[in-house]
Amino acid sequence: MPKRATYADMSFIQLLFPSAKNTPDTAEIMLLVLVAAVPGITAMAYFFGSGVIINILWLIACALILEVAALKIRKRPVLASLKDYSALVTALLLALALPPALPWWAGLIGIFFAIVVAKQLYGGLGYNPFNPAMVGYAVLLISFPVEMTRWLLPLSDTQGAPGFSTLLMQFLGTSAEMDAYVGATALDQFKLERGSLTVEEYWTSSMLFGVLSGKGWEWINAAFLLGGVYMLYRKIITWHIPVGFLTAIAVLSLLFYDGGSSASHGSPFFHLFGGATMLGAFFIATDPVSGPANNNAKLWYGLLIGSLVYCIRVWGSYPDGVAFAVLLANFAAPAIDHFLRQPRKSQHAR
Amino acid sequence: MAESARQLSLQGLWYNNAALVQLLGLCPLLAVSNTAVNALGLGLATIFVLVCSSALVSLVRHQLLPAIRLPVFVLIIAGFTTCVELLLRAYSLELFQALGIFIPLIVTNCTILGRAESFASKNPLGPAILDGLMTGIGFAAVLLVLGLLRELAGTGVVFANMNRLVPFANNEGVVLFTHYKPFLLAILPPGAFLFMGLLIALKNILDKKLASRPQETENVAPGSKRVRPLA
Repeated sequence: MPKRATYADMSFIQLLFPSAKNTPDTAEIMLLVLVAAVPGITAMAYFFGSGVIINILWLIACALILEVAALKIRKRPVLASLKDYSALVTALLLALALPPALPWWAGLIGIFFAIVVAKQLYGGLGYNPFNPAMVGYAVLLISFPVEMTRWLLPLSDTQGAPGFSTLLMQFLGTSAEMDAYVGATALDQFKLERGSLTVEEYWTSSMLFGVLSGKGWEWINAAFLLGGVYMLYRKIITWHIPVGFLTAIAVLSLLFYDGGSSASHGSPFFHLFGGATMLGAFFIATDPVSGPANNNAKLWYGLLIGSLVYCIRVWGSYPDGVAFAVLLANFAAPAIDHFLRQPRKSQHAR
Repeated sequence: MAESARQLSLQGLWYNNAALVQLLGLCPLLAVSNTAVNALGLGLATIFVLVCSSALVSLVRHQLLPAIRLPVFVLIIAGFTTCVELLLRAYSLELFQALGIFIPLIVTNCTILGRAESFASKNPLGPAILDGLMTGIGFAAVLLVLGLLRELAGTGVVFANMNRLVPFANNEGVVLFTHYKPFLLAILPPGAFLFMGLLIALKNILDKKLASRPQETENVAPGSKRVRPLA
């Protein structure tokens, strides 16, 4: 086996766009996921302000401390596990799913359940049957529904978006003046408060909507799509799960679009570029540990998650359903893997 | 006799604990352990049914045909469960309503049928009662600990609504944390599984600690042996 190039051998640019084909190891994969998330983080920070960054930094700090503590208690090598950056990615994905500038204790509880309960108690990276970030998210959503459904409104600075100090106060749990800045998301609003308006009528009546989907959200989703395409280009994910996920959402939302009538559940664009669709399709559902292993199964796994997301969004009691859809599909992943083996001929060809 | 009684108690309370080791009766255990008062109520009801049915099964054990023993056990248990149900309804309607279907469901608690079949039907009255009592206390203790932990984590208060069970207790319970953000997960069903898993893990850790502790050396009565003075 030829010696693989290590970080020390290549510059950062070479790592991002390598000329020679190499299969990246866990640490490289995780680093590249972080890099691929940068456009999405930037877009979120642009529309929702510095609260996004506060969340990310706080959760990463907590995740590293909890990971070290859990590894020490379990008497496992600490440095080797830290170096694969998986705790970092879990913290980042959870932070991106949380409302900006969530109070610090809520973030801490979420990342505790993600790192300690969902990952380390099950045996560490590679043994967790459920996506750790989504376990953390589900725990928070069930436990603190009020805090978890208060997203910042997509206000620009001139419209009076909250400043950094306000967000920091909110994070520290001492600010009482946030009510002017927070509200439902576009998905939430569209589902619960539309009444009998047609899609077009409702679109113009609310400031939460943009061109195709929720204001701000369409750009955030586009940015995550860009990062996802980069991960596909670098071959750290295969196309099966995202394509299955997005196909299911596109087909279902087309079926129930109903020409934008008052009974419509929203256009395919609204669903594809709204909420956590792209983040879920490329960054969350593609978790290699809690998903199925072979490509055929991955396609169906993606389709299952996409269908569940659409069903929860439209007929469920939550505005978005990526976390619950992914967790449910995690349950099903071993069965899907078992019943949908790779076609046999590929083995004979070898 | 004393030794076997001690063994019976240890088995029922710890080494063969119905909830933590045999994992029997999990349905009521997980469903009603959301508050301490519910847990205590169901725990006491279970102890009552367990002791009474063990005693009666032990008394009739020689009259039973093997083929019909199980239906008879279930009838006996169901009879005492009905007693408890009526008693609780008369004594504390609020608690009865809070526990709901889980009072009649004591009949289906596998712990009770298990003790009747495996112990009470083969042993005389005294040991059967002791076995029922100890198994019941072991079950109720786990139920109570689970209820306390979940209520504390979920609301920051323990023993709220205690007046449902004890007439002179106060309604608010013991407030351990003021300004506590309710952690709803602990009170909802997932919290039951989480805390139950943690309790079982804790017991396994304790068992490991106990097993690895060096066996106690026999006590030397003072003056019976010459003790070598330390140099």
